[in-house]
Amino acid sequence: MSAGKDKEIGGETREAVLRIFSPLLMIWLTLALLPTPGRAQVTFERLLNSGREPQNWLTYSGDYSGRRFSALDQINPANAHSLTAQWAFQTGASGKLETSPLLVDGIMYATAQDDRAVALDARTGRPIWLYQHQLPGDIRPCCGRVNRGLAILGDKVFLGTLDAHVIALDSKTGNVIWDVIAADYQKGYSFTVAPLAVKNLIVIGVSGGEYGVRGFIDAYDASTGERKWRFYTVPGPGEPGHDSWEGDSWKIGGAPAWNTGTYDPATNQIFWPTGNPSPSNRGEGRAGDNLFSNSLLALNADTGKMNWLFQFTKHDEHDWDATQVPVMIDAGGKHLIAQANRNGFFYVIDRSTGKLLSASAYGNTTWTDSKDAEGRPIARKEASPTREGHTVCPGALGATNFMAPAYNPQTALFYVTARDQCDIFSTAPQPYEAGHAYYGSAYFPSDEAEPYRGFLKAIDPATGAIRWQFEHTSPTWSGVLSTAGGLVFTGDAEGNFVALNAASGQPLWHFQMGGAVYAPPIAFAIDGKEYLAIAAGSAIYAFALP
Amino acid sequence: MSFSSLTGRSKENAHKTKLNRQSLQRWVVVLTFFAWMLLLAFPVVSTSAEDRNPYAGDPKAAKAGEYEFRINCALCHGLGAHGGGRGPDLTRAQKKHAHSDADLFQVISNGIPGTVMPANGTNGQGVGMTDEEIWQIITYIRSVEVRASLSSAGSAAHGQQLFFGDANCSLCHMVEGKGGRLGPELTGVGGSRTQESIIDSVRNPSRRLAWGLTEPTKEFPQEYETVTVVTAEGKKIKGVALNEDNFSVQIMDSGEQIHLLEKDRLRSFQKSRESVMPPYTPDLLSDQDLQDIVAYLTSVGTK
Repeated sequence: MSAGKDKEIGGETREAVLRIFSPLLMIWLTLALLPTPGRAQVTFERLLNSGREPQNWLTYSGDYSGRRFSALDQINPANAHSLTAQWAFQTGASGKLETSPLLVDGIMYATAQDDRAVALDARTGRPIWLYQHQLPGDIRPCCGRVNRGLAILGDKVFLGTLDAHVIALDSKTGNVIWDVIAADYQKGYSFTVAPLAVKNLIVIGVSGGEYGVRGFIDAYDASTGERKWRFYTVPGPGEPGHDSWEGDSWKIGGAPAWNTGTYDPATNQIFWPTGNPSPSNRGEGRAGDNLFSNSLLALNADTGKMNWLFQFTKHDEHDWDATQVPVMIDAGGKHLIAQANRNGFFYVIDRSTGKLLSASAYGNTTWTDSKDAEGRPIARKEASPTREGHTVCPGALGATNFMAPAYNPQTALFYVTARDQCDIFSTAPQPYEAGHAYYGSAYFPSDEAEPYRGFLKAIDPATGAIRWQFEHTSPTWSGVLSTAGGLVFTGDAEGNFVALNAASGQPLWHFQMGGAVYAPPIAFAIDGKEYLAIAAGSAIYAFALP
Repeated sequence: MSFSSLTGRSKENAHKTKLNRQSLQRWVVVLTFFAWMLLLAFPVVSTSAEDRNPYAGDPKAAKAGEYEFRINCALCHGLGAHGGGRGPDLTRAQKKHAHSDADLFQVISNGIPGTVMPANGTNGQGVGMTDEEIWQIITYIRSVEVRASLSSAGSAAHGQQLFFGDANCSLCHMVEGKGGRLGPELTGVGGSRTQESIIDSVRNPSRRLAWGLTEPTKEFPQEYETVTVVTAEGKKIKGVALNEDNFSVQIMDSGEQIHLLEKDRLRSFQKSRESVMPPYTPDLLSDQDLQDIVAYLTSVGTK
């Protein structure tokens, strides 16, 4: 018991220290922010026009659209077979390495598990600086200690941590510029997401859907760390959508926002997806649609006010977070946003209005057999978890999950890592206890079903049809990159980095990296030479033509 | 400077402290030190390792424990604790690794090294169960135990003769260092799987292959799938897959030869979930003989 009390005092002391030191910090910041001649700052204008500098990779998805597409075309189907490993950087951390590095003017900025950050010479893989956030021993990250990457703006990189801090680091030294606490990690709040820099704001969504948190998306002033707005993904009393929760269930309603959204400069809107309601697998006690869980939110970037929302899975009972990267596609004069959802459907939405245009299954979906008036697939009553347990597809891990997808405007195909697995869902009511896992149900792989299968699928957004698919030996957690060279790149669970023909899915080259892949690839160039990078095992690898 | 040098600092200090304490050569002090180490290592978990179940026989606690069991244990031990392909049947009164409630508490808290049984809180799902929840689970397990003798169903001695003799099991399966290598090693199987699942695997070997050795607990699944290939030179090889990825496969053939192959150099590659093990139908192996073999495997596996 005494250990628990010490912890609380420790937290208060930390806040007090921050309060005392913040004026000093401000003075120091003012000095630090004085412009230095010749410094190549990553301005908002550069982020807006990232297409003009394809040698760099400036945001989690490469640009604001979420396409994870590189305009570099030096490496193509004719020469991909001669790709060669250039270097490996060992992070020294164990567990799942989900980082998607940034690349700015020859320097790579990446994260590793346990909230490490690193700047590397992207030509050699040699570190320039290293930063290790000191984590308390009792953090509560659901699903492993992971981090998916940084945001960059000005001369700072931005990190969200597993103990729910948002930290700005000097991009030249790795020194901490500011460090703010967004929420109480002991109640299950954490950050795993790569933040998104928009204007002078650092936008970040919280994790903790397995702990009965009340989800939110925050925006911090990049210069000071001051919080400019917070959007609660579970509406409070008097707010629209509040009546979609039973009683007080909204207070612990979940709806985390743990994957990076996208930004549309034309309308100044941020598109950010949300995750499962809590408890994740039990609907009893939270009757209603449970807004804004499992939704795509369109928020005003300056104010955080919601313009529209689209809820993919209403009243979810299968842990189908809708946190997959929403990808902006402009086609046929239409401004669309597309998502391959964990529930097994590929959705295309008009991003001006939030109106659903199509929803097509891209995997095995036994949970639904009908659509509502808007065209949204709706759950069969029988798909709910039962006491005895019964099989539902997709399983709790979903038809896809956090793996970043890619869209290639040249092939007009959407590439997504997909998983065929069914689970047995069985009820297991739990009382809510702050900071404790809060599932309300158990799920486990169905032994009666076929073994799980994993694919890279190329979906035609115009029709929802699967144009080609590449079957992996087993399901992978790797994301996908597509390039103007006519290639797609992905990793597999057995440790291969693979290049495929973007038009046909034919594998062209592979390299065994010696560890399972949980990360998406990126592309960049230095001195006119195109590189690819991806994390596998505990290391980051770079590849190029000889 | 490396990351390990940053994180290694506290370990170094701890080591120095340890040396100072030990130099006093007084076991009381050493014990106090270890108690403190425990406190430091597990700040949120209550540190008094209790040896009595505070909920023994309490049906309400057993009910709460059932739900905790479903969430934390059923993945391997099955709904109802009857065991699955991965974890043993916990409704058996005789357990291999734990007899008393205190033993069970230790096993759940610390896991079983060398097996896939993880320590509480190490499955990546947050901080794990509280002591209270562990005791509830133990109360639940006790509430579903069936006190029947295991060995009554068959003759282990006769089972052993059959295993290494007429039933030909040992041509492909090894127990305690004797037997073949083509199929799964079976020394521990009687302790880790239910008798029903062993019987099912003998009667219908293709139904589930090597049941359950997949993702959550094992990065490197071996499912004993049957692979048939024709090499570039036209040589046909049939065997079980030891491991495989998108581009290569490692196969053991019936002569226990290992073949390391790249898929793009093969004329053909076929994989099947039809086991190379023949189904032992009742006319090949009677129910009684099968019971004897299961009794033998159980006697070895629960030693």
